Amino acid sequence: LSHGSGGRAMAQLISGLFHQAFGNEWLARCNDQSAFEVAAGRMVMTTDGYVVSPLFFPGGNIGSLAVHGTINDVVMAGARPLYLSASFIIEEGFRFSDLGTIAQSMGVAARGAGVYIITGDTKVVERGKADGLFISTTGIGVLADGLDLSADKARIGDRVLVSGSLGDHGVAIMSTRQNAALQVEIVSDSASLHDLVAVMMAAGGRGIRVMRDPTRGGLAATLNEIAHQSGLGFRLQEAAIPVKPAVAATCELLGLDPIHVANEGKLVAIVAPDVADAVLAAMKAHPLGCDAADIGEAVADDHKFVQLATSFGGGRIVDWLSGEQLPRIC
Amino acid sequence: MSAATIRDPTRLRVRVSGAVQGVGFRPYVYGLATRYGLAGFVVNGPEGVTIEVEGNRAPEFVAALPLEPPPLARIDHISVQRTRALAAQDFSICASEDGRLSTRIVADAATCRQCLGELFDPENRHYLYPFVSCSHCGPRYTIAEQLPYDRRNTVMKAFRLCAACAAEYADPASRRFHAEAIACPICGPRLSHGVNAIVAAIARGQIVAIKGLGGYQLLCDARNQDAVQRLRSRKQRPQKPFAVMVSSIGRVNEIAEANAAELALLESVARPVVLLASRNDLAPAIAPGLSRVGVMLPVAPLHHLIFHALHSTGAWLAGAGPVIVATSANSCGEPLVIDNAQALRRLEGIADLVVTHDRDILTRADDSVLSVVASRTQFVRRARGYVPDPIRLARSVPVVLAVGGALKSTVTITRDNEAFVSQHIGDLDTAEGICVFEQTIHHLTSTLDVEPVVIAHDMHPNMASTRFAQASGRALVAVQHHHAHAAAVIAEHGHAGPALALVLDGHGLGSDGGNWGGELLLCEGTRFRRIGHLAPLQMPGGDRAAREPWRMASAILQALGRRHEIGPRFAAQRQAGRVSALLDQAGGATTTSAGRLFDAAAALLGVASLQSYEGEAAMKLEAMVRRTEIFEAGWTIDRGVLSLRPLFSRLIADDLDAADGAGLFHGTFAAACIDWVGRAARRTGVNTIILSGGCFLNAVLADEIERGCRSAGLTPLVPRQLPPNDGGLSLGQAWIAALQTAEQPSALKGAT
Ligand SMILES: [Fe+3]
Ligand SMILES: [Mg+2]
Ligand SMILES: [Zn+2]
Ligand SMILES: [Zn+2]
Repeated sequence: LSHGSGGRAMAQLISGLFHQAFGNEWLARCNDQSAFEVAAGRMVMTTDGYVVSPLFFPGGNIGSLAVHGTINDVVMAGARPLYLSASFIIEEGFRFSDLGTIAQSMGVAARGAGVYIITGDTKVVERGKADGLFISTTGIGVLADGLDLSADKARIGDRVLVSGSLGDHGVAIMSTRQNAALQVEIVSDSASLHDLVAVMMAAGGRGIRVMRDPTRGGLAATLNEIAHQSGLGFRLQEAAIPVKPAVAATCELLGLDPIHVANEGKLVAIVAPDVADAVLAAMKAHPLGCDAADIGEAVADDHKFVQLATSFGGGRIVDWLSGEQLPRIC
Repeated sequence: MSAATIRDPTRLRVRVSGAVQGVGFRPYVYGLATRYGLAGFVVNGPEGVTIEVEGNRAPEFVAALPLEPPPLARIDHISVQRTRALAAQDFSICASEDGRLSTRIVADAATCRQCLGELFDPENRHYLYPFVSCSHCGPRYTIAEQLPYDRRNTVMKAFRLCAACAAEYADPASRRFHAEAIACPICGPRLSHGVNAIVAAIARGQIVAIKGLGGYQLLCDARNQDAVQRLRSRKQRPQKPFAVMVSSIGRVNEIAEANAAELALLESVARPVVLLASRNDLAPAIAPGLSRVGVMLPVAPLHHLIFHALHSTGAWLAGAGPVIVATSANSCGEPLVIDNAQALRRLEGIADLVVTHDRDILTRADDSVLSVVASRTQFVRRARGYVPDPIRLARSVPVVLAVGGALKSTVTITRDNEAFVSQHIGDLDTAEGICVFEQTIHHLTSTLDVEPVVIAHDMHPNMASTRFAQASGRALVAVQHHHAHAAAVIAEHGHAGPALALVLDGHGLGSDGGNWGGELLLCEGTRFRRIGHLAPLQMPGGDRAAREPWRMASAILQALGRRHEIGPRFAAQRQAGRVSALLDQAGGATTTSAGRLFDAAAALLGVASLQSYEGEAAMKLEAMVRRTEIFEAGWTIDRGVLSLRPLFSRLIADDLDAADGAGLFHGTFAAACIDWVGRAARRTGVNTIILSGGCFLNAVLADEIERGCRSAGLTPLVPRQLPPNDGGLSLGQAWIAALQTAEQPSALKGAT
């Protein structure tokens, strides 16, 4: 792709590519905006930017990641996702065929979730002003009556459920960045969680207090966030936290803790104790939740610590890292 | 004190400051005044003790005052002035004054000789009573809520004195006059179990938890390998050495070699654990792979009672007295247990018998650990018996709180020309540890009656101490880790002017964001310049490389072009096959750490591939040294960067056994450091050399470098009142922040 030159021809080429990949009636009208019917009640809206490197990784690419990530942010509110917008910042020289592949996987990801990408924008910038491709997406969804999932709803004694093994996405990304000798057979968990959330909501209803997707910073960052918003602490059983052996081994090699590593198709739910078993069973019956686990509980704690329980009733603090994991042992 | 200038020498007001309260100072004054036939009074006040005396022999009294103070008293200053005529006809002791609290609580002290006599005197009312104490001994800091140090401000307020105790408490001629912790079997605290039950359990090879002076301790028979192993597995402490206790100074030589200085340290009122050359007479599990063993003498009456009963059971071989393991009751890295309910809950899985009593511990204090290096004492851990004694500073400074690092943490508060360094708190990676850290700060600020204006902290963003500082809303000063190590020594020596600092340490975040640890700094005032460092080496896996010395060894092999040896040498390590691929990656973390070089050497010599406690590999390597040797071509120095690559090449040669390798490594490393600082001294013209950082706990290294500096005509300054490791960080942080605050008080608001 080139910047500035080509004008009209280029714009047509790009929009043709997206229209073909996303294929829906709204885009077909070629307006600068799209109109859609609004259901009664409350809607949710979210926006996110994607700057992943590398753009292609085992289990997906920046396009599918952008669609899944935005849908997941909508469904974490317990909402049904409807529409997306997508904006592309493309570096001059980016391969048209790669853009095609990315657009195709966005279309597949959206259709898989019953969601339409109904408006968008592309900009080509000079070489060096973007790292290949950046994508911004916005998502809109509808919320069932009276549903209000929020971190401040967490209560003492609530259970902490995770939908599957942790760290798969981060390790898949890290492994593609490493030299060949270090690559591992780990595929990103990037996935849309709309259907998993639907079965969870059916099983747990109002007993589900909070849901989050533990993306950047992993489970540790997400639980620390919820702890701060709810004013509670969390006590986790280290042995209960699901981690794939290959992920654990790579984390061990690199000196990382899987609970700090990013996920793109996992969720953590804070659930009332009386529905926890039912919700967990529903998760386990779903293909995206077959490794789901109950990993701990919310506890009263003025310090709002997230702790991994050790024997003798002690607990190791799960750090809330500013930036990367820096060495600390003197 | 200049009695000559006083016009009427018969009417004097004498003010005494220092550690003069709660130590039997007023009865001492009373006795002295009575001996010289003086009228007047003595009173405890906020500035110390005030005495007014009237009589012909008043000047003699003043001259005698500093000569024979009670054992725990320390006089900092005496001032004398003329005063008005007194109405009194005799000498009396007045109640304490209130007001701003600037005197202090003294440290806890081991049972004194007189109390010991009473403990085993069947005629005495304290016979076999485990809480006997007087103004010369017993708990102080660990039981005090606040100042002034009066019974009502200690946990002893829960026990009403019986008539006999009350009489001693009120009798100025008694050793127990106003001894706040006194008690007897009638009115005082009680043990939950008899001494016989404790002794029977120990003799059976069981593990007993007892409530010691500063916290719960775990005891077992140190000659019983099964018992020691059981303690290791229950405490989840596979290798870290245990301290042992013997009944008396005469028994020390049965298990270890101790010189006069070491014996004196063992017998000092602080009763620390002293590291001694082991005779290997104990269960091998006491200190696996080490040549030194930590030994201590009984601290509290209960320890004496246990030994007394053990001796009388006769279960021990003729000649060899009982030796018991005495280790703090906590699981690894967590703070010491002091609370009864917590003890019963947390120690249930570790101890077969938990012995409590009803005298609370308010402030925990682990056993202090020291050693004698180059005929001076060296702290390894500073706690019970030494805190809250302050460290004298060269000048008065603003009130600063320094929060230390993340491991082996301490905190410091400065007040006037003193720095109060807390007891060893422990690691701040558990909720318990962080709570104790906060309690310690609270206790220190309230007993010192100060409000810090500035908080000093490490530059590392992910330390609980740094977060505490950032959440405080106070003005902050971030101090680089190794600068703080150096500044701690500068502060305690009152050194002014420039100094070179050789900081040999494990890890600290550098001002450039890098991983530092073997640094040559030029320090002056509040600033430093990094004029040298060890050659950077990869640290594959970050902190993981600190726990797994074989990884640092692999980094060395890689750097020497011998990556093919990594797999065969470390075949037992799961990741050995992949680590060289990781080392091939560009952009991996590197470190200039000195500690990690010791780890690498230990792993390359087959001494330790993994470590279960901090410093394990280096300690085991040190223990291998029979004599040191210098490989003259073992190092290069290029623009301040010291590389030991040639030494490592020599180290991995086949013909070197581990002991020779250890000797060669220590000798050459020390020689290289002396060469390094010598060149820097010539270049800068600065001859004062600060030696600090955790590696200086290595006695072989410390001794060689210190002597080497001296013979090179340099003046080494070493940490004497604090350990060289992260336990000293908070003092250095406090000193830098205090000087900075004093220099530019207005610029501090919001500055870091
Ligand atoms: Fe350090
Ligand atoms: Mg998001
Ligand atoms: Zn005594
Ligand atoms: Zn009594």
